[in-house]
Amino acid sequence: MPDLKTTPLFPEYAAFGAKTIDFGGWDLPVQFSGIKHEHEVTRTKAGLFDVSHMGEIRVRGAKSRDFLQWMLTNDIDKLTPLRAQYTFLCYENGGTVDDLIVYKLEENDYLLVVNAANTDKDYQWLISHNNYAENELQIENESANYVQLALQGPKAEKILQPLTDTDLASIKPFRFAKDVIIGDVACGAIVSRTGYTGEDGFEIYISKDCGRKLWKKLLEHGKQEGLEPIGLGARDTLRFEANLPLYGQELSEDISPVEAGMKFAVKVGKDGNFIGKEVLKKQMENGPNRKLVGIEMIDKGIPRTGYGVFYGEKEVGFVTTGTQSPTLKKNIGMALIDANYSEVGTQLQIQVRKRKLKAQIIETPFLKRK
Amino acid sequence: MEVPKDLLYSEEHEWVKKEGNKVRIGITAFAQDELGDIVFVELPEVGDELKADEPFGSVESVKTVSELYAPVSGKVVEVNEDLEDSPEFVNESPYEKAWMVVVEPSDESELDELLSADQYKESTEG
Repeated sequence: MPDLKTTPLFPEYAAFGAKTIDFGGWDLPVQFSGIKHEHEVTRTKAGLFDVSHMGEIRVRGAKSRDFLQWMLTNDIDKLTPLRAQYTFLCYENGGTVDDLIVYKLEENDYLLVVNAANTDKDYQWLISHNNYAENELQIENESANYVQLALQGPKAEKILQPLTDTDLASIKPFRFAKDVIIGDVACGAIVSRTGYTGEDGFEIYISKDCGRKLWKKLLEHGKQEGLEPIGLGARDTLRFEANLPLYGQELSEDISPVEAGMKFAVKVGKDGNFIGKEVLKKQMENGPNRKLVGIEMIDKGIPRTGYGVFYGEKEVGFVTTGTQSPTLKKNIGMALIDANYSEVGTQLQIQVRKRKLKAQIIETPFLKRK
Repeated sequence: MEVPKDLLYSEEHEWVKKEGNKVRIGITAFAQDELGDIVFVELPEVGDELKADEPFGSVESVKTVSELYAPVSGKVVEVNEDLEDSPEFVNESPYEKAWMVVVEPSDESELDELLSADQYKESTEG
């Protein structure tokens, strides 16, 4: 087995009974007490996730705005300092290099938070498109400097607020504060109201030197509100119920953001051209040939990633993610299928191993936020 | 992890309990712990013929699907219908409430190939 990378929090996992797995070369906790329990804790109280494996790429300099407007599909001009935005890096053919959040730290200074497994690819993609002089644009992979924790769930603000003088209520969704001091943790943190669970909550970026202290502080302080550490298994079921895409499943180099239903983050009318615009614009105008839909099993069985989707005898697509939804207790999935068969209510069949089982297209998101 | 002395075991983590000329089959405590929360169990029907070492059903956790491999060949004479509505029995009571099928072995000598409790325990600790 190759040497797996670990985050600075690795030594903390065992105390909470973590079971770890190889996740794209990282030794990370798939679960602590159990996926269903952790899922419910996050939906009803709050969960703490170590997501330090995520990548952080810093883009700075006088040309950073021009460069990012060209590289990213969303409109960077919509950002003012202390605002963040969900966006994509795309190929010319519209396929997705990665989905990410870009934070505008200040004028000419941006932080791109990217998927762990894509960090090196994204970094290479960015530097290979950099035609500016060194004093105009600097791109650095700062991933190793950060610990990232996600504090997610309805109790998140109640848990974090007593630990800081920063007014968290003033941090609206997709905004953030910098240099936030949390308890007696020595390093200032970036605290943003973002997440990957469909719940309210925060993502916190802090120096790797202070990560362990922050983890312990939050868990100790949040205990009375029911805060628990949460693994990647529940992170996946939580994001799935909220219909948030996962790169490698709902998005890939063969699947465009428009096909995945993420039009809101593709701004073909923005000021300036961008990579992939031509194809993505056509997909938006004419409607994409494939669409991501929600499915629910009618027969007994669970749809899983990669299972074929049929309309009669005709194969019309494949399941991107599926499981038994812990909140809804239903066997549901997301599938990328031929747009001609994508209407809600359409009856389909899912190839579950040797059998074709009945399913139908249902409305998304699966889980409506209260 | 509990490994009852009076059962036989397969390398695929099934347990086998001799009951006269029949055997009762389920998955071990070790297996359910590795799988995590079980949400779905797919079993054969009464009358189906199982073939040793071949899949006869599946167990699904929140995250994954695992095949069940027949520890012996033979005809299915009983199926645990409770697991359809209560797959969590596999986590809660792998050796009692979550028995999966009862089979009439067609070749008793296959039972000799199975592991004892001590051998199985050793194989999971390796």
